[in-house]
Amino acid sequence: MSTNKLDQLYRSVIMDHYKNPKNKGILESGNVTIDMNNPTCGDVIHLTMNVEDNIVKEVKFEGEGCSISMASASMMTQMIKGKTTEEAVKLAHTFSDMMLGKDLDDSIELDDLEALSGVAQFPARIKCATLSWKAMEKGVSGESQ
Amino acid sequence: MLSKDIRNHFPILDQEINGHPLVYLDSAATSQKPVQVIEALDRYYRLDNSNVHRGVHTLGNRATDGYEGAREKVRKFINAKSTQEIIFVRGTTTALNTVAQSYGRANVAEGDEIVITHMEHHSNIIPWQQLAKETGAVLKYIDLEEDGTLSLEKVRETITNRTKIVSIMYVSNVLGTMNPIEEITKIAHEHGAIMCVDAAQAAPHVKLDVQKLDCDFLAFSGHKMCGPTGIGVLYGKKELLNAMEPVEFGGEMIDFVGLYESTWKELPWKFEGGTPIIAGAIGLGAAIDFLEEIGLDAIEQHEHELAGYAMEKMSEIDGLTIYGPTDPKKRAGLVTFNLNDVHPHDVATVLDMNGIAVRAGHHCAQPLMKWLECSSTARASFYLYNTTDDVDRLVEGLRTTKEYFNDVY
Repeated sequence: MSTNKLDQLYRSVIMDHYKNPKNKGILESGNVTIDMNNPTCGDVIHLTMNVEDNIVKEVKFEGEGCSISMASASMMTQMIKGKTTEEAVKLAHTFSDMMLGKDLDDSIELDDLEALSGVAQFPARIKCATLSWKAMEKGVSGESQ
Repeated sequence: MLSKDIRNHFPILDQEINGHPLVYLDSAATSQKPVQVIEALDRYYRLDNSNVHRGVHTLGNRATDGYEGAREKVRKFINAKSTQEIIFVRGTTTALNTVAQSYGRANVAEGDEIVITHMEHHSNIIPWQQLAKETGAVLKYIDLEEDGTLSLEKVRETITNRTKIVSIMYVSNVLGTMNPIEEITKIAHEHGAIMCVDAAQAAPHVKLDVQKLDCDFLAFSGHKMCGPTGIGVLYGKKELLNAMEPVEFGGEMIDFVGLYESTWKELPWKFEGGTPIIAGAIGLGAAIDFLEEIGLDAIEQHEHELAGYAMEKMSEIDGLTIYGPTDPKKRAGLVTFNLNDVHPHDVATVLDMNGIAVRAGHHCAQPLMKWLECSSTARASFYLYNTTDDVDRLVEGLRTTKEYFNDVY
């Protein structure tokens, strides 16, 4: 089996986030709520955020999906907390570039997110990884429900 | 079991995926094509390509003969009384939408009922949802038994004298259940309803006989039965089709055209507006020849045996759940499953790394997924070119998947 390629996809950081997701739950005091799904595979995400003065103060997610989509959601919440909405959107774009295999701006701190770079080699799984980011981007851009 | 040599007719199967010989277990999504079909398409485009029903020239005659010859093959394949009852469409979805929009709009009124089941594919749900919304009709679902089958008692309880249309799949693309269409048709007719059959998963695997079933409409796609994509069939009883209005208007389907009024051609052409799917129909005809030479009964038997073998081997894997009827004789050649708490996408990715193609997701049956209380499943579906070796590879791949995720967890 091409275990090496698989190990690029399922890095231990990803499996850690999948098993012990950060910021899992619903933010009752949130002022932004976004539901998004991936109609081709059935993955769903329910994102609640508290955005004040253009800053993401709090964020939580509920969802159902594969290891990649849930780990990505967990990382996303960890990374955008405390960021301005502009920074959050910029991160979403950087992440999208990473999924497309583009060269990234070195100045951006990726932390755990770097572990998801292997997804770019699995075209069928890119949408799994980007679902929560698309939901977040929609939310901070003021398209809340 | 069929001979393993059947594989040799399918050039695509002779390749490696991620360093392993391809095992294709996604035929319920679309089947692979035998060289006989590929060559029929190639021959048509190289030698006979022309528009149909209008050529005074030789190519026009050849294309028309090929296209109408394919219609006769389809008629024989499903034992329809007349080629006037065989309408070429894009696929099952278009066929079902045609019934809903043409027959449905003319015959369904507020308070009438449309009856389907919880196991339907989206293509046999949404056309009826839309029709119900437009007309004020009530959409009713027949509940399933615990093993994913339909009971005739529940069918009888759901269909009433207000029911105008009953539309049910012959074979489930998720559960593999084979539904008692002949009996359900009788019940529908007793209440004055018409019976529409989604045969997308049946046509590739089961001998169809529309006269024996006595159904009013039946729909299927070519690409799931060794034919090309973009061609499908709507069968309808002649008296019903005759009374129905076309849903697409334009060239090919007209008789006389005036400035403000036009008249339609007779059946089946009044439902085939525009240049028809000529190559697709010819390819479907070649697929039918291929399947009939092997024999639908032999194919069905082969799949029952493969499904039985797969279920036996797969149930030996700890933590693997199989959905649908447990009796292999009651189901078609597919096995839908989940492996512990490993998400089906992750299962499918590891299998793909081992050269094995399976489907993961909701299989275009979200209401059924809800009924199964899971958001998605993995599915291995078999066809005439699959062998017990393929099943062994799948089982080995599933054991690898399990070990892999045990390690990384």
